[in-house]
Amino acid sequence: MIVAELEPSTLNRYLRQGGLRLRTGPVVVNIESTLPAVRKGISLLYAQHTVENGDGFSDFHVCVDRPNSLRRWINRQVVFRFDGAEPFTPLPGNQGFAMLEWGLNWCVSNHCHQYLIVHAAVLERDGRALILPAPSGSGKSTLCAALAFAGGWRLLSDELALIDPTSGHVVALPRPVSLKNASIDLMRTFAPTTVFSDVVHETMKGEVAYARAPVDTNLRADEPAVPAWIVLPRYAQGAAAQLQPMSRARAFMALVDNAFNYNVHGRNGFAAFATLIERSACHQFTYSSLPEAVAVFDRLARSE
Amino acid sequence: MTLDAAGCKDLMHHALRRPQVLAEFSLSDWDVLIRQARRSGLLARIGCVLEAQGSIETVPSAPRAHLKAAVALGEAQHAEALRELASIDHALAPTGVRPVLLKGAAYVAAGLLPAMGRMFTDIDILVPKSRLAEVEAALMSQGWATTHHSPYDQRYYRQWMHELPPLRHIRRGTVIDVHHAILPQTARLKPSSAKLLAAARPLTEPPRFSVLCATDMVLHSMVHLFHNDDQSHSLRDLSDLDLLLRHLAGSPGFWVDLVERARELDLIRPLFYGLRYTSTLLCTPVPASAITAIGADGPGSLVTAISDRLWGRALRPRHASATDAWTPLVLWALQARAHWLRMPPAMLLRHLTVKALRLHQPASANA
Repeated sequence: MIVAELEPSTLNRYLRQGGLRLRTGPVVVNIESTLPAVRKGISLLYAQHTVENGDGFSDFHVCVDRPNSLRRWINRQVVFRFDGAEPFTPLPGNQGFAMLEWGLNWCVSNHCHQYLIVHAAVLERDGRALILPAPSGSGKSTLCAALAFAGGWRLLSDELALIDPTSGHVVALPRPVSLKNASIDLMRTFAPTTVFSDVVHETMKGEVAYARAPVDTNLRADEPAVPAWIVLPRYAQGAAAQLQPMSRARAFMALVDNAFNYNVHGRNGFAAFATLIERSACHQFTYSSLPEAVAVFDRLARSE
Repeated sequence: MTLDAAGCKDLMHHALRRPQVLAEFSLSDWDVLIRQARRSGLLARIGCVLEAQGSIETVPSAPRAHLKAAVALGEAQHAEALRELASIDHALAPTGVRPVLLKGAAYVAAGLLPAMGRMFTDIDILVPKSRLAEVEAALMSQGWATTHHSPYDQRYYRQWMHELPPLRHIRRGTVIDVHHAILPQTARLKPSSAKLLAAARPLTEPPRFSVLCATDMVLHSMVHLFHNDDQSHSLRDLSDLDLLLRHLAGSPGFWVDLVERARELDLIRPLFYGLRYTSTLLCTPVPASAITAIGADGPGSLVTAISDRLWGRALRPRHASATDAWTPLVLWALQARAHWLRMPPAMLLRHLTVKALRLHQPASANA
């Protein structure tokens, strides 16, 4: 069963009592919340996601709700609870869904050490993965959204590359795509058929909106991809789209710098990254126009 | 096996007592146990115990992934700690001080049973009080800087506590706690640091470090558990103690020496509670002769009955499936007790007033 097939009242009941067991790739998350904004966000943006039924094992039990204090009523806030603990300071009351998204990223990147986890967007074509490692603010998410919504690439994740250190494959983590500030309107114009959430203003990352991942992302969630390209993206206003080769040493350091748990994997982590780099073409990419960017990556996929 | 609510409360104790039962756990049992273990800081330990008994592959794949991830994280922490010891050694070499490792770092460096899946990030060392200034200066010259910058906090640590304010390395972010005693200078019980240091055992590897002798390590573990004002890791500390006692139980004369040493160091009460709760909750094999030897020096039956009620709750996972309506009050009472044991009343009142007024300061930045 997928979220879109649930009656609204059933979804509401799950979220209020015992939790909604939502599958995203290899992970099952049990989500509890009484907040209407969270329910709406889930029914809009996770519509194509599988709901696991009944009892069983959930990897993470999370709850997004009002705090147990006066801030429940006055200057409303939301809190994120993980196994009953609150790992973050509360956020303003209208940011419940964003807090769920940030909290889930935190859960995965802090606990799923069976994978090497890199702060990167991952897309796939013909079984081959394009990895875009980059810190926030580099234009990674915008580029990823353009390639996923209008570039013919399958989205595996816009935020977390889960790399199986044994096989070297990248595993999909289907989630909504997060868009920030100017890229929200840009993407609305560029991919008008996409489902977008309302914009949440004044978050710690500025204005934030989410887009529902393309249907393929969920339908083919259990198909891993073999890394083929590592590209460091950078948005530069007015710049022509330009793809330049990058040394393997720099690409390696880009993976290490953007990895969440490289230290946990020790020697095996080094070996896994080294193999990944050896088998991939490494580039850096500067862009300002999305159609140009899409054309460049189309050529890249066809040429190699 | 599938559990009712009462069974859930005892799940962690059950798993630590008889790890063999984990082989029969259903997915919904694991759903509860993984959360309880994670909140208790014992996920890696459960994973290590299963690996040691060769049965980790029998765990269903979803919970197994969490256990293995925690084990990997623990191993990485241990490797990092050993590298950090090399840096500390380098920094302290000019002073000639031979620091005594405490708690997690000691278990790992000395290869003791509680090193299994023991998560820790800070390194605790004990040095003679007379060498404290020298040690701090030597660490500062190699990049460790003090934390807790307010004048009150600095004075709180330096005048009253048993340790310097934690020192954090400016590049690596690693933290070292430098102790000169195992209880605050203001505490009711006053175990002699000179005696502890005199009996410490040098390690061959890593060189220039020591660990407390067997009896003292057990007693420090008990003091840490029963006199700490932070009860968030109490079940983990109890499990450490259980494994430590199991590791040492076979050495000739250990139990007689333990009681004798507790008397010598003024630590009979923590010994009584330590032996009581490891044996009752985790079935640690404590000989009756050890309890008898404590005799009339232990608490009376009323105090014992009250303690059982309090510690029976505090020594459970801090997770909704293992707590009840009394748990918050119990934890508050034990925190009050710890403060009471750490400071004379007037000083305590002053300290709590200062801390309470600070609650009005803005909260710290987001994690």
